[in-house]
Amino acid sequence: MNNRNNNISAGVDWTIIWLYAILVSIGILCIFMVEYRTDTNWLQTFLGGKTNYSKQLIFAGVCTIAATFILLTDSKLFTALANLLYAFGILLMLATFVLGKNINGSKSWIPLGGGFNLQPAELCKIFTALALAKFLSRQETDFSKLRSQLIAGAIAITPAILSIGQHELGLALVYSSFLVAMYREGLPAQILIFGSSFAVLVIATLVVEPNILAVTLTVIAAIILFLVRKQNKKNKRALVLIVGIWLFCVGTQRFGVPYIFNNVFECYQSTRIYSMVGKEYDCSKNKKSEKKTGEKAAHKPDDYNVRQSKIAIGSGGLTGRGFLKGTQTRGKYVPAQPTDFIFTSLGEAFGFVGCAIFLGIYLFLLYRIVKIAERQRSTFSRVYAYSVASIIFFHIAVNVSMTIGLFPIVGIPLPLISYGGSSLLTFTILIFILLRLDADRQMVLR
Amino acid sequence: MPVFNQSRGGIIKIIFAAVFLVIAGQLVNLQLFSVKYKLAAENNAIFRKVIYPDRGIIFDRKRKAILENTISYDLVVIPSEAKGVDTASLCNLLNIDTAEYKHRMREIIFKTGSVRIGVFEPILSPEMFARLNENIYKFPGFSLTERSVRSYPYSIAAHVLGYVAEVDTTFLRKHKDEGYLMGDYAGLTGLERSYEKVLMGQRGVKNYIRDNKSRIQGSYENGIYDTAAVAGKNIHTSLDVELQKLGEQLMTNKVGSIVAIDPKTGGILCMVSAPTYDPNYLTGSQRRKHFAELFLDPRKIFNNRGIGTYYSPGSTFKTVVGIVGLTEGVIDERTSVTCPGFFTGCGTGKPKCLDKGTFQFKEAVAHSDNSYFSTVFKRTLDQPRYHGADSALTVFNSYATTFGLGHKLGVDLPAEQKGILPVSSFYRKLFGPRWYSCNIISNAIGQGEVNTTLAQLANVMAIIANKGWYYTPHVVDSIEGGDDNDMLAAFHEKHYTDKRIPDSIFDAVQDGMQAVVDYGTAVRSRIPDIVVCGKTGTVQNSAKINGHMVPQQDHSFFGAFAPRDNPKIAIAVICENAGQGAWAAAPIASLLIEKYLRDSIKGKERQDMLEEFTKKNLIPQRYRLEMAKRDSLKQIKEAQLLLQQRMSREANDSAEAEENTEQEVKPAPAPAAPLPPKKKTGSPAALIIDDKKNKKNYKIG
Repeated sequence: MNNRNNNISAGVDWTIIWLYAILVSIGILCIFMVEYRTDTNWLQTFLGGKTNYSKQLIFAGVCTIAATFILLTDSKLFTALANLLYAFGILLMLATFVLGKNINGSKSWIPLGGGFNLQPAELCKIFTALALAKFLSRQETDFSKLRSQLIAGAIAITPAILSIGQHELGLALVYSSFLVAMYREGLPAQILIFGSSFAVLVIATLVVEPNILAVTLTVIAAIILFLVRKQNKKNKRALVLIVGIWLFCVGTQRFGVPYIFNNVFECYQSTRIYSMVGKEYDCSKNKKSEKKTGEKAAHKPDDYNVRQSKIAIGSGGLTGRGFLKGTQTRGKYVPAQPTDFIFTSLGEAFGFVGCAIFLGIYLFLLYRIVKIAERQRSTFSRVYAYSVASIIFFHIAVNVSMTIGLFPIVGIPLPLISYGGSSLLTFTILIFILLRLDADRQMVLR
Repeated sequence: MPVFNQSRGGIIKIIFAAVFLVIAGQLVNLQLFSVKYKLAAENNAIFRKVIYPDRGIIFDRKRKAILENTISYDLVVIPSEAKGVDTASLCNLLNIDTAEYKHRMREIIFKTGSVRIGVFEPILSPEMFARLNENIYKFPGFSLTERSVRSYPYSIAAHVLGYVAEVDTTFLRKHKDEGYLMGDYAGLTGLERSYEKVLMGQRGVKNYIRDNKSRIQGSYENGIYDTAAVAGKNIHTSLDVELQKLGEQLMTNKVGSIVAIDPKTGGILCMVSAPTYDPNYLTGSQRRKHFAELFLDPRKIFNNRGIGTYYSPGSTFKTVVGIVGLTEGVIDERTSVTCPGFFTGCGTGKPKCLDKGTFQFKEAVAHSDNSYFSTVFKRTLDQPRYHGADSALTVFNSYATTFGLGHKLGVDLPAEQKGILPVSSFYRKLFGPRWYSCNIISNAIGQGEVNTTLAQLANVMAIIANKGWYYTPHVVDSIEGGDDNDMLAAFHEKHYTDKRIPDSIFDAVQDGMQAVVDYGTAVRSRIPDIVVCGKTGTVQNSAKINGHMVPQQDHSFFGAFAPRDNPKIAIAVICENAGQGAWAAAPIASLLIEKYLRDSIKGKERQDMLEEFTKKNLIPQRYRLEMAKRDSLKQIKEAQLLLQQRMSREANDSAEAEENTEQEVKPAPAPAAPLPPKKKTGSPAALIIDDKKNKKNYKIG
């Protein structure tokens, strides 16, 4: 950005760049709040490169260079390379299974040397967004057809499945955000409605006693049958549909969800999700933990993370405790605070007002991206822009929700704020590719 | 181009906004409507440390500190953090066994909970502190904290100064709103108790931030919420260290008491209660053991005999009887009464008198003539103008009351007794409605139902010295930094005796009292060149031994003041079961008077007297017997304890068994247990009953 060149700055959306800069600065400030020690010289540690905030500053510098490079490229490059990059990304993720390094229980990092690690799943978000945009913008793609929809879904799901294989549930969930972009391109609304209903059913399964839920579902089905009994006489299909839905719901609730919790999720994940809704998960039911009993013996069912995170945010009150005055932050009560729980330091220091302003900036950024998306002439740019918006949105929503106890704890960083080079670089690239595409919106891209 | 989907852009925006609204809603819930998170954060992170101020120092009249503070160390522990401690090596350092360790841990968790600091071993000896300080890093959760401990540099005046001890639940219940916590210390007896409010100062609170591992990170908000501890106020007393020391020296191996008052101010110069103890004995780590030992002494060591016990005043009471008789006009100074060996007025042959002959007032006082004062008392009660003994006794009592008798003086020490000034209704019950003066004639010579504390007696001496007024006797003269609670106001109020008593009558009594010392009963206690006025008392008494009342050796009493002109000290002494007043109490009083007025005991004769009475062992026989019995019992028990310990060790019993045996066999475990203050307040009560019994059985004439 320092490299102001008429060529590259032409047509670039400066609002986004400003928002980007503000958010990255807030991020570094938040990390500083977390790591700050009263007895140290902050200027020295900032320049020292040893503390996390200092490192994040370096990452920001690297990102600036990367951003400049992206702005210097030709937007055609992205359309051209989209599929290739996607293939490369998938390859990297597969390579992770071989080269991967175990960090915090997830084997999703490739060591790059010099203490830096790369998380291919992060980068894969960009490639997937590009590949999805490329696919949907093909002239021969008719997105109203089921086949196209399935292919688009497959593009998004493949890296998600690989992420689950690497025990990165959070990153896998992120790929569901492509649904939003697909919805914009004509994916039937029923799928979204069905999806969200299903999510509600799953959460209800966790919260409500299984038998009570089964009875409730049966009662609801019976009432609906009673209400539509006249149509049933004429049309047997409605009856079959309702009974089918009822069977599906009860099946999911009685067998599907328990199966996933016991057989698909790790014990700690199931425990976290259960503790999130205030329940204890019996790890003895978990097949995966059975396999390796010696390794992770007793993971105590504990909602410590959420509790401390809620305490930190809650203690902020209206205006917060003030810069560097948060006791939860200074006492290191919140685990993983510089990364996944960075929002807590903000909430504690600046309170509701600070949080509201902060979320306002985010919302403004999202709306700006949507606005940019809508002004694109090419489908490629639009799909890509929506993908960016929905990825960022999904990150914010899940990350903030989990810190305030609305969502189970899954390791998802807060875009541009959380400490971490991979994450910062990913979002930088995502955003600046968008800016590059937007700058060239007059060109018709394929 | 599927432009037809344009509206979906708006829907997506709405979805974004909706999710953000839900998040904002939860933020409102958490940040604006839930108080608990703020509290939880403070509980998490703020460590409130109570800063105990130093207690106030107590000075004597010459500004010598008689009760001050020294630094000592406690071994404290936070039970929840003391996991994985090398119990064996810690126990080794402390010389305790692991069962004791577990026992104490349980007790601490029970008392203060497992996350707060509890005292594991209070007041470490210097060697123990040094040993622990080197090794404390090995024991997580344990730490050494400084504590200010009371110390008594002169080792005197234990009863007056009192002691502090850990508060118990009863105390906490009584002082609910005064901010005491379990484990705090409070003054439980003596000045420590009566001036607790002043001496304790104000506790401060320091707020620290601690991290998730309870490590202190620094002060909270730069200490703006901290409150500074305000040290307790120092108090200045009227006690005289030298006099107190001499008093205690003279009272060694005796049972009794001394109270000396400055008649001009009411300030108590010394208050000795014998037997006494070294107050430092109750401050160290062995406090419980020592307390139990003292508590079980048959002589009731913790009772302050100066104010906590009342006695028949004996002949010293004749001064009051004489004053009332002179004022009422039933006699004058020249009235003479003949004694043929006993009082003839009631025809019972009692009371007897020692010096046969005819006496006028002055000589009657000088020789303590029983007949004379029986006559005076009888005449007073028989005065026709009062129409009967009932109202006449009421008149007599109204005089006596103004001498501070029959009610608490209001001395600034706890557990003061009021004595007894019997009223007519009491005698109606005892002798029927037609009781008359001869029924209670023993009161004339202070052997009846009249009972006074020694402080009251000393106060009577001060009144006679002042010729009719007194200030309430008190120990504390002033409080540094002002008397905010008006605790001393009562001591600045002058009390007058009955207005009908003219100075001339006091002169007459003083004449008589001077004669007592000059050539009367206490002639041996004359101090060269000092005019002392005094009155001896010899009090018959008996004690219950094995269920029978057995007459005991007389109590030796002496009340005096000096010098006669410009009196500077009024004093009363009792030496229990030491015989006649002139044998023990009078010499002791005279030595103290000389010491106070001259700063030293002059002349070989007086020095010999000092030595003689210091060495004299006048502990009553019954106490000696009991003490000997107790000691032998103790020896047997100790032998048993040793035996059992050896046996249990051999049997390799479980740790708990050993703990139990120890508790059973320890000579005095019960009062050492968590209720020392309660036991303490209980002790004077027990004594009073005893003494009452003693007195009831005086011989009437």
